[in-house]
Amino acid sequence: MLNKTMLNKTAFKPLLVAALVLGSVAVQAHRAWILPQETVLSGEGRWVSFDAAVSNDVFLANYNPGRFSDVKVQQPDGSEAGIQNLHTGKYRTNFDVELKQEGTYRIFTASSGLRAMWEEDGKRRMYPGRGEQYSAEGFKKAVPENAEKLVVSQASRRMETFVTLGAPSDKTLQPTGQGLELVPVTHPNDLYAGEAAEFRFVMDGEPVQGVEVTLIREGTRYRNSQQEITLTSDNNGLVSVNWNGAGRYFLEAEYKDNKAKKPATERSGTYVAVLEVLPD
Amino acid sequence: MKNALLPAALLLAATLPVQAAELNVAVQLPKLTVAEYHKPYVAVWIEDSNKQVVSNLAVWYDAKMKNNEGEKWLKDMRQWWRKTGRTLTMPVDGITGATQGPGQHQLNFTVGKAPLNNLESGDYTLRVEAAREVGGREVVDIPFQWPPAKAATFNATGSTELGAVAVSIKP
Repeated sequence: MLNKTMLNKTAFKPLLVAALVLGSVAVQAHRAWILPQETVLSGEGRWVSFDAAVSNDVFLANYNPGRFSDVKVQQPDGSEAGIQNLHTGKYRTNFDVELKQEGTYRIFTASSGLRAMWEEDGKRRMYPGRGEQYSAEGFKKAVPENAEKLVVSQASRRMETFVTLGAPSDKTLQPTGQGLELVPVTHPNDLYAGEAAEFRFVMDGEPVQGVEVTLIREGTRYRNSQQEITLTSDNNGLVSVNWNGAGRYFLEAEYKDNKAKKPATERSGTYVAVLEVLPD
Repeated sequence: MKNALLPAALLLAATLPVQAAELNVAVQLPKLTVAEYHKPYVAVWIEDSNKQVVSNLAVWYDAKMKNNEGEKWLKDMRQWWRKTGRTLTMPVDGITGATQGPGQHQLNFTVGKAPLNNLESGDYTLRVEAAREVGGREVVDIPFQWPPAKAATFNATGSTELGAVAVSIKP
């Protein structure tokens, strides 16, 4: 029994990852990112331009433009706004965000849902299928309750970045309570190369130990190694980052456990952020 | 009798030669031989021993551009922006002024009066930050103690965007 479960999990993982990332875009080991041109702004009537893509190399758009039409903007007062001037090129997506309020903006995409795998007449079945979006209704319809070898996983993915006009604010830093999230202890638009930054990781709103976090500074093609920073969250969900100098960083965090709500038997979360670290 | 004398004494004190404590800052902006020169944005402020801003003394920026577009580059004075600039509403009376060109610039302040206001006894740092469009950025720090036993001048020199900086204090 144990062996079977393990086997199922192993077979299931690539499909799960593929299905989760930006809907139909197959990414496997590729990274998806939303990169702000600048993160700390002064003045009024300001806009920020963003690049977004899916690629192996951090912030080098050379693979595919991803699908970012569902990017949302949470404004400093908590209200939602849209992105503007969305353009999809061969390798890169770009869009603009107008900063109408002072404070910190969260630019993000998030998805979560149940994934199921089972067997029917000896054939492997899964929900959602390739290119299919999860919905509670679709799940109910597609997955037979007493299916053979049924494995149900609760999976979430969040990708975000932050920009601040004027003084930083924290309304947009509050976790939603769904999936794997980063809760800043150090404000994400107040990061400096010479100062350690502290972040807390929460799963469904609760701090979790054992989140695996990787950070890579931009400009990997101008150096011979990735110079990754790898960290694991402690029993309070905390990690402390000592930066490899100023620049924009790709942060990726992953977590998995078996504390899922029924009918799921496991839950997993992926979190990606782009953070800018300024020189002291 | 005593009561009648008091207003006279106050009047006398007010008309005596000024003995007010002073803090004067000299900032030299170097002449730079560059293809495209823009006058730098400059901020001058004082921090206490906990690195908290106690006085914003001067901010020179382009306040005359239409739609306040000159405020766009205030954040390039990164230290000042982080410490205090981002919480201010520009322009600030008695603090903000137009950008200045190369040369020696003298700023005089009186203790007890805005924008310097009162300084409690302690260790302070005078900080001067300059940031130039299509150019560089530099911060020069000068530590001093308040109050000084007697008039004193402290000097420091920048290496790129700032020349000689001096703070003269008089108890």
